Amino acid sequence: MKSLTLSRDALLALALIALVGLVYLRFPAFASPNSLLGVFNDTSILIILALGQMAVILTRCIDLSMASNLALVGMCTAMLNSALPSIPIPILVFLAMFLGALLGSINGILVWKLDIPPIVVTLGTLTIFRGLIFLLSEGQWVNAHEMSPAFKALPRLSIFGIPALSWFAILCIAGMYVLLTRTHYGRAFYAVGGNPNAAVYTGIDVGRTRFNAFVLSGALSGIAGYLWVSRYAVAYVDIAAGFELDVVAACVIGGISIAGGMGSIGGAVLGALFLGVIKNALPVVNISPFWQQAISGAAIIVAVIFNARSERRLGRIILKKAEQI
Amino acid sequence: MPVELSPVLSMQGIVKDFPGVRALSSVSLELYAGEVTALVGENGAGKSTVVKVLTGIYQPDQGAITVTGVARQLTTPKDAARAGITAIHQETVLFDDLSVAENIFIGHAPVTRLGLVNWQKMNDDAAALLERIGASVNPKALLKDLGIANKHLVAIARALSIDARVVIMDEPTAALSQKEIEELYLLVEQLKSDGKAILFISHKFDEIFRIADRYTVFRDGELIGDGLINDTNSADLIQMMVGRTVEGVFPPRTNDLGNLILQVNNYSHPTEFEDISFSLNRGEILGFYGLVGAGRSECMHALFGITRPSAGHMSIDGELVSLKSPADAIAHGLVYVPEDRGKQGAITALSIVDNIALPSLQNTSHKGFVRMAHEFALARKFTQRLELKAAALDQPVGELSGGNQQKVVIAKWLATQPAIIILDEPTKGIDIGSKAAVHAFMRELASQGLAVIMVSSEIPEIIGMSDRIIVMREGRQVAEVGRDDVTPEALVKAAAGIEEASVA
Repeated sequence: MKSLTLSRDALLALALIALVGLVYLRFPAFASPNSLLGVFNDTSILIILALGQMAVILTRCIDLSMASNLALVGMCTAMLNSALPSIPIPILVFLAMFLGALLGSINGILVWKLDIPPIVVTLGTLTIFRGLIFLLSEGQWVNAHEMSPAFKALPRLSIFGIPALSWFAILCIAGMYVLLTRTHYGRAFYAVGGNPNAAVYTGIDVGRTRFNAFVLSGALSGIAGYLWVSRYAVAYVDIAAGFELDVVAACVIGGISIAGGMGSIGGAVLGALFLGVIKNALPVVNISPFWQQAISGAAIIVAVIFNARSERRLGRIILKKAEQI
Repeated sequence: MPVELSPVLSMQGIVKDFPGVRALSSVSLELYAGEVTALVGENGAGKSTVVKVLTGIYQPDQGAITVTGVARQLTTPKDAARAGITAIHQETVLFDDLSVAENIFIGHAPVTRLGLVNWQKMNDDAAALLERIGASVNPKALLKDLGIANKHLVAIARALSIDARVVIMDEPTAALSQKEIEELYLLVEQLKSDGKAILFISHKFDEIFRIADRYTVFRDGELIGDGLINDTNSADLIQMMVGRTVEGVFPPRTNDLGNLILQVNNYSHPTEFEDISFSLNRGEILGFYGLVGAGRSECMHALFGITRPSAGHMSIDGELVSLKSPADAIAHGLVYVPEDRGKQGAITALSIVDNIALPSLQNTSHKGFVRMAHEFALARKFTQRLELKAAALDQPVGELSGGNQQKVVIAKWLATQPAIIILDEPTKGIDIGSKAAVHAFMRELASQGLAVIMVSSEIPEIIGMSDRIIVMREGRQVAEVGRDDVTPEALVKAAAGIEEASVA
């Protein structure tokens, strides 16, 4: 039996190819391998965040604080780098991930121990993290010249012809794939979101699983924080403001069910790429970037309608069964 | 029959308090290898609490649990699984969006040397387990694509997958058809011969006497009696359960049928049912019998305007009507009390009063404002007639027991003063006391001229209550029997198809 998720991913992939094809008609160079790699590279951060968001959504929660987490961790790593340029970059990346996970664990603890609705918790931390950046930086920017060359070079470092930024996304995709399909830890996300009541009976701690998901999304936000700041070579209070909505949009377009328990890695990645293609293609074909938001919005609604239709319970088809006998 | 002297599982002096209620007061329970112990009691007697204590969901306040002679603390469901205790729950607690194999093994899936889930082995093991219990289910299928009987088999396979010594079955036959129940009994026999100790919770006495070796009776959280099933009979058990003798299980019928109220001709649906025709008189109880999945509920949904039929017509009170929505049906005096109380019947967060008044807001409100006194009067009138047990009428429905929730749902529809009421499995999963109250009330309504359609899968109920019975099989109407000609055998034969019935 072929699972619904698979066919949905395939359909989304076709839609993505059709979208690229459409742009190709107006501007053939867009579909060249280099250009497409560029789009992937440009979408890498969105992909990484969408993977984290997906883990949280699978457990029937939502993490609105991801972009603020990213900005706070980005500011911290940038300031740390400018103050102590001698810290090796790999350690800095690790610190970014750790700090992100720590921030994520605050969300997780509030959801787990105090049983506050996740949307409220992360709406709160969204604002708090943003505020902390201001307190930390006193509103100052960390500019390119204050960052060490190695700090800025890593995302652009070419490995086998592909920038390291893309490699980060590829590693995250591979890691999350193994985690979500091959470990108890990852399968618990599906169980908790699919039927929290049943999860309790199978010995899965619902609260702890949600906590794990928030820590995971926090860690990925942390990595994305370093990548963002080093790629754009600037850190300030408002970086990635509102980006959490793109992340949620990528998940929804990717067919991750907001009701929890359903969704695939492929879906999250394709959803992010879909938004990435729209964002990169519109300027090329001379459509005002303001259309981008309208198109993204329309894509979300189409995706939701499609998912709702495919999830709708089909009839039991009693008669057909009777005729076969 | 192997009788072991020492129990596999023993609970002694278990006390469990909830705020304001003592759910269990010093109860004891013993389960023996290779034997089925029936746990009997009305709803609210503490059966579910015992199950939750044994599966590590609740912690007892006092008392000890020993498994094969070793004292155990069951603080989490994992502890219970480790102690070899597993449960098949009343409502399937499984995962719709996961595969059959994963549903069986989640929490203890086989892993590769790297510690990763081994899907290949998991699917193979699942296939082997399913084959062992005679289930023809693809391990890779998504659970949501299975029927309820197959879901139960998956739950049983899950129970077997952790190599349990103690298997708890909490009303496993509640949602199954007669044929599926027979298959389940065979499975229970198999578990017995494997030496498992089985705790079997059921409201159905025929099955208790059929498969149980021992019984334990609870009433109001206390142990009332236990012993060998051969030393007792159903009258004694009922007396222990309710603390008084219950006689005449079904209320006597009245004879006067009124004029024709509902006529349905050739109702059809592209995929669910075909060519359903029947008539219904005032004061009549018309039973719809069939196996689960025979299309009875689907047909009722069409009558109530939830789905539209593809062919056929109906007339109410001689007037041809085409019901476009449930609101339309209610306006024509036809109401439907659904099978699934939780999902379709009651709004559990709202109070009893609010639930009952909801479909009658037209009558209880004045110029758009709700008149609470009217609502309370309405609620009081109907809950009293149904003998609803509740602390207060503004108590949320979610706090009531299953039987009382069902009464609220029925009361809610009766308050609209309909001419025709469709009751879909009206007493499913509710205790004997509540059942009798619902039955008596149905009879009373019929004698007042209400036309009742009752969908039921319980043979005693359908025979005891109906004036006329329509049997459906695979979406088609296969028999119509009057109450004087009906025999259980005839119903089962018609519902299952004669070939199958002659095998069974």
